[in-house]
Amino acid sequence: MNTPKHFGLAVAAVLLLACVPAFAGASVVDKLTTLFIYMLLATTWNLMAGYAGLVSVGQQAFFGLGGYFALRLVDGGLPAYPALLAGALGAALLAWVLSFYVLRLKDGEFAIGTWVVAEVIRILVMLDPLIQGETGTSLIALNAVEPELRRSIGYWFALAALAGMALAMAVLLRSHVGTAAKAIGDDDEAAASLGVRVLRTRQVIYVLAALGAALAGVAWLASAITFLPRTNFGVQWSVLMLFMVLVGGLRSGSGPYIGALLLFALQELMGDFGAWYLAGLGAAAAGCALFLPQGLWGALSPRLSRLFARPHVSSSVSIPQERTVP
Amino acid sequence: MTEALIQGLLLGGFYAILAAGLSLMFGVMRIINLAHGDLAIVGAFGVIALTERTGLSPWLALALVLPVMALVGIALQRWLFARTLRAGILLPLLVTFGLGAVLQNTLYGAFGSEARSLGSALGDLAWASWELPGGIVVGQLPVITFVIAVAVLGALQLLLNHTRLGRAIRAAASDPEAAALCGVDAHRVHRAAAAIAVALAGLAGALLAMQATVEPYGGPTLLIQAFEAVVIGGIGSLWGTLLGGVLLGVAQSLGALWSPQGFQLAGHLLFLAVLGARLWRNHRHQLGRPALPAWRHPRAARKAVRA
Repeated sequence: MNTPKHFGLAVAAVLLLACVPAFAGASVVDKLTTLFIYMLLATTWNLMAGYAGLVSVGQQAFFGLGGYFALRLVDGGLPAYPALLAGALGAALLAWVLSFYVLRLKDGEFAIGTWVVAEVIRILVMLDPLIQGETGTSLIALNAVEPELRRSIGYWFALAALAGMALAMAVLLRSHVGTAAKAIGDDDEAAASLGVRVLRTRQVIYVLAALGAALAGVAWLASAITFLPRTNFGVQWSVLMLFMVLVGGLRSGSGPYIGALLLFALQELMGDFGAWYLAGLGAAAAGCALFLPQGLWGALSPRLSRLFARPHVSSSVSIPQERTVP
Repeated sequence: MTEALIQGLLLGGFYAILAAGLSLMFGVMRIINLAHGDLAIVGAFGVIALTERTGLSPWLALALVLPVMALVGIALQRWLFARTLRAGILLPLLVTFGLGAVLQNTLYGAFGSEARSLGSALGDLAWASWELPGGIVVGQLPVITFVIAVAVLGALQLLLNHTRLGRAIRAAASDPEAAALCGVDAHRVHRAAAAIAVALAGLAGALLAMQATVEPYGGPTLLIQAFEAVVIGGIGSLWGTLLGGVLLGVAQSLGALWSPQGFQLAGHLLFLAVLGARLWRNHRHQLGRPALPAWRHPRAARKAVRA
């Protein structure tokens, strides 16, 4: 999305999608909501791992935490939907606090450190009597809303979160933070020696990615209603993010969307195979990381652009054509 | 309390076996194998399946499975890990994490979600215990595990210090390029390290299955614990993994006294605290200052003011 034309197209697409609940059936709306949540997870993980070189295995912390904060706020008397938004913001705030610690960890330490932090948060949340340990709880306040309307609001919430994050990321990557992030993604030590403020840049990106995961988490809670610590804080979210980004294309703008679409399609087609299907996802992610480092988007986009580009003759080698005198 | 301390200490032996392989692979190949815990579970299920199918003693089954695990390690190194080595730190993490997902779900698909144990196949040993003076009861199996851990670490130490392979491994770990110049075959060294690491993971998994239960999705927890033991004990140190494992085990046992959730929580918090303390020390070191602020050293502070 480099030009105003692309921006206009994106706005038109979002507005068009916003009208879907008006005429589509319940299952379509539910499925699109899931797709938007996947896209939100994929794009924000790509922002973090692809652009800032931060391979986190702990984004489920913010996915679960957004929902937990929302439940706590509703318990404290806040209406459900504002609580969901506030919950996501609260999780991002906590990410900012945590970033002072985790961003000082290096590579593998960072990957496992974020994971351990996510586990600690899960255990602490499970100790809260409101959550009742393994049993979990549900956002009963949402049951008061009429199901049809609830489904539509959940859908718009996910769509707005996705569009908002996409816009924020586009703005961010065009700013000086984006330039710094690209330098860091290539080589963080070299970037630091050139005067790029590595920690500061990573902090901005880490918090934004956490906000994305938390928004996905509250959107998930809004449509699933139940909150199970083992599910909402599950490391499987990281597996899914890894799959979508690696298969779609790490460090590309469109790759994560392709990855999310693919994951969604695979889940529709092969979700019944359960564990074998998940094993296949892991293998596909590892295989893409090894043999297709640019992902599907990286492999396909040159071909697509060749297909759709106007055939043009390069001026330097063009042969003067015979002119026919009229 | 004393009993919890002893249990934690013995648990540390198990963690040391699990962590030694992870530490070895990191030391030699500079990769953190995020599938290490899953490989341990694979080893455990291998021993369980062999015991159930053939009626062999678990110890004999273990002796048969370990060489197979070593071969698995060689194959993984040859076909998978070696391809990731040249591409920086990101790729090994991504690929081993994907491998972990494959192993977990394949085990789940093949064996179902049921938690399994070798306890019944062990007979009396599964619950046999010794009574120490003071009425403290110690299970025989945890003691055996601890003894195995010390033996394994001792054997590794001998291997690294007194054999040709060990010298090659140490050379490749400390300076790969200089080692290559001296004629060390890096591929061979890497394969040997992977074989040892995966076999140790399998041993740890089987020992876990004897004392407790294993389930297909248990690998990530084991990985985290192994990594915690490595970091607490200090990366790159063989006996450090035993110390780290013991500290982790003691923290967990004491945490469990407080609450069932406290077992994991205390281990995680110890890990994060150790990591944080190390970061703090490095930070102070970079500033050229002692690890603790001046107000802890009144005399040093006065000196600084005078200067």
